[in-house]
Amino acid sequence: MTDELEDLYQDIILDHNRHPANFRPMAHADRTVEADNPLCGDQLTLYLKLDDGRIADIAFQGSGCAISIASASLLTERLKGATIAEAEQLFETMHHMLTGTARPEDEAVDLGSLAALTGVRRYPMRVKCATLSWHALKAALDGHGDDDIISTE
Amino acid sequence: MRIRFNWTGTMNPDTEPSTFDPSARAPSPPWDLDAIRRDFPVLAQRVRGIPLAYLDNAATSQKPTAVIDAIANFYRHDNANVHRAVYTLAERATAAYEAARERVRGWINAASADEIVFLRGTTEAINLLANTVGQDWSAGDRVVLTTMEHHANIVPWQLLRQRNRVEIAVLPITPKGELDMDALPALLDGPTRLLALTHVSNVLGTVNPIAEVVRIAHDRGVPVLVDGAQAMAHQRVDVQALDCDFYAFSGHKMFGPTGIGVLYGKAARLSALPPWQGGGEMIRRVTFERTRFAPPPQRFEAGTQDFAGAVGLAAAIDYLDRLDPTAMERHEAELLRHATERLEAIPGLRIIGRARHKAPVVSFLVDGAHAHDLGTLLDRKGIAVRTGHHCAMPLMDFYGVPATSRASLAFYNTHDEVDRLADAIDDARKVLA
Repeated sequence: MTDELEDLYQDIILDHNRHPANFRPMAHADRTVEADNPLCGDQLTLYLKLDDGRIADIAFQGSGCAISIASASLLTERLKGATIAEAEQLFETMHHMLTGTARPEDEAVDLGSLAALTGVRRYPMRVKCATLSWHALKAALDGHGDDDIISTE
Repeated sequence: MRIRFNWTGTMNPDTEPSTFDPSARAPSPPWDLDAIRRDFPVLAQRVRGIPLAYLDNAATSQKPTAVIDAIANFYRHDNANVHRAVYTLAERATAAYEAARERVRGWINAASADEIVFLRGTTEAINLLANTVGQDWSAGDRVVLTTMEHHANIVPWQLLRQRNRVEIAVLPITPKGELDMDALPALLDGPTRLLALTHVSNVLGTVNPIAEVVRIAHDRGVPVLVDGAQAMAHQRVDVQALDCDFYAFSGHKMFGPTGIGVLYGKAARLSALPPWQGGGEMIRRVTFERTRFAPPPQRFEAGTQDFAGAVGLAAAIDYLDRLDPTAMERHEAELLRHATERLEAIPGLRIIGRARHKAPVVSFLVDGAHAHDLGTLLDRKGIAVRTGHHCAMPLMDFYGVPATSRASLAFYNTHDEVDRLADAIDDARKVLA
């Protein structure tokens, strides 16, 4: 495999695709958002349980490519226990990092494992795979409910 | 009569029975792949240092130098608007445009050049028909489609349904990807006004038995529109032998340029249709009170047409005409057989579309490897395949899959490219598994 590809399909991405974290349904979620990417058929449902301004629990289910599943998995891992304000800030940062429009303040954020996703910037056709779960997160934080379907198209 | 063979080397069921024995014919010269590939300059390139393996021919085909030159030469030497002026250059351009129409007529064996309408492509041709054939249909009138249609042969009829409240019925397919012929007659009874179906499935590769379908439809008085977009690159189509009422196809999928396509219609059928788009070229006499329209095909060619594209399409037909059809069919059949065999041997790979008569198109799923991950991993090895729903979402729903990967082959593809595809899928599978 070429170095460039390893940049996208790093072990951490592949591992999260094989064994996604928080991949389960959630009974009595406070926010449930369905998101899909009609171009490639990716579909996921993101569940949030909120408690006193914090994300007490977060989970997802769905099907999609390795990039979209790993992105959702990493998202849930990172945000469990975070405050809503932190989650909103991280959405902004990830949105800019993934779409190649990073601002200096985005570059300064310690992304940890999430940095593995930023390789997608070099694959314009694949950016939406990585951003799908983040748009679902944004919709959930904005208070969208059960009947909303978020789409990247 | 013309004899055609399908890709498995047996008689094409579209043709009438014949006593023709292929083995009795003088052996055709071997398929000179190196020479043919040299005719297609785009194929010679490297992608990231690796030779390009272009396996997305069902999306669009590559162009031989002869086509590229014909278009460039037209613009260099012969460009003027057609049918408008009397000067020499305009005469030459008009002659070239009408010669292209005649070339298309001969290639598909239409009875008259007036049955050849130049349009932008298959999609525009079907939209034209939905807007003209369907104009006087009323609530309850029915158009019959099939499960394997491209969106181009679904959505125009849905738009008509919104306007006129017509019904859309769908002929089912079998799990192998063949039309459920037993279900056809019942669908054609009653208020069915048109059967519109594809000749070759862009996803499954299935070659539908059009002549038989047309016979069944005509027995019940139902005219037939054939979407020929995927057929023209692989076989010589004889519209009179098929006896279809309309046949639509695109230049760019048969080694010609983008922006030009054809709607064939039987003369009586076309004459019965009202105009669709209005403008120059499609009229006989215009006053502010009333306009009399030109007869077909001009009636349907409003405005300045892509006459340079028509010249390019004629050059593509000239190119195809120089190829030995028997050798070409043998090569494509062999490519399909090899691709099917190599891909089937990959653990966890499932081919979607197992019709008996197939064009060299192989759609597949790989356990644990999403089509888009596969597409990216294959691209890094210089291999271009299509991944996604292939503009056939109802067909994806039928198979219960969100997306497939598809390798669609042309006569210039090689066994080596098929081997590279199979090896790259196997590698990608191991990376993703």
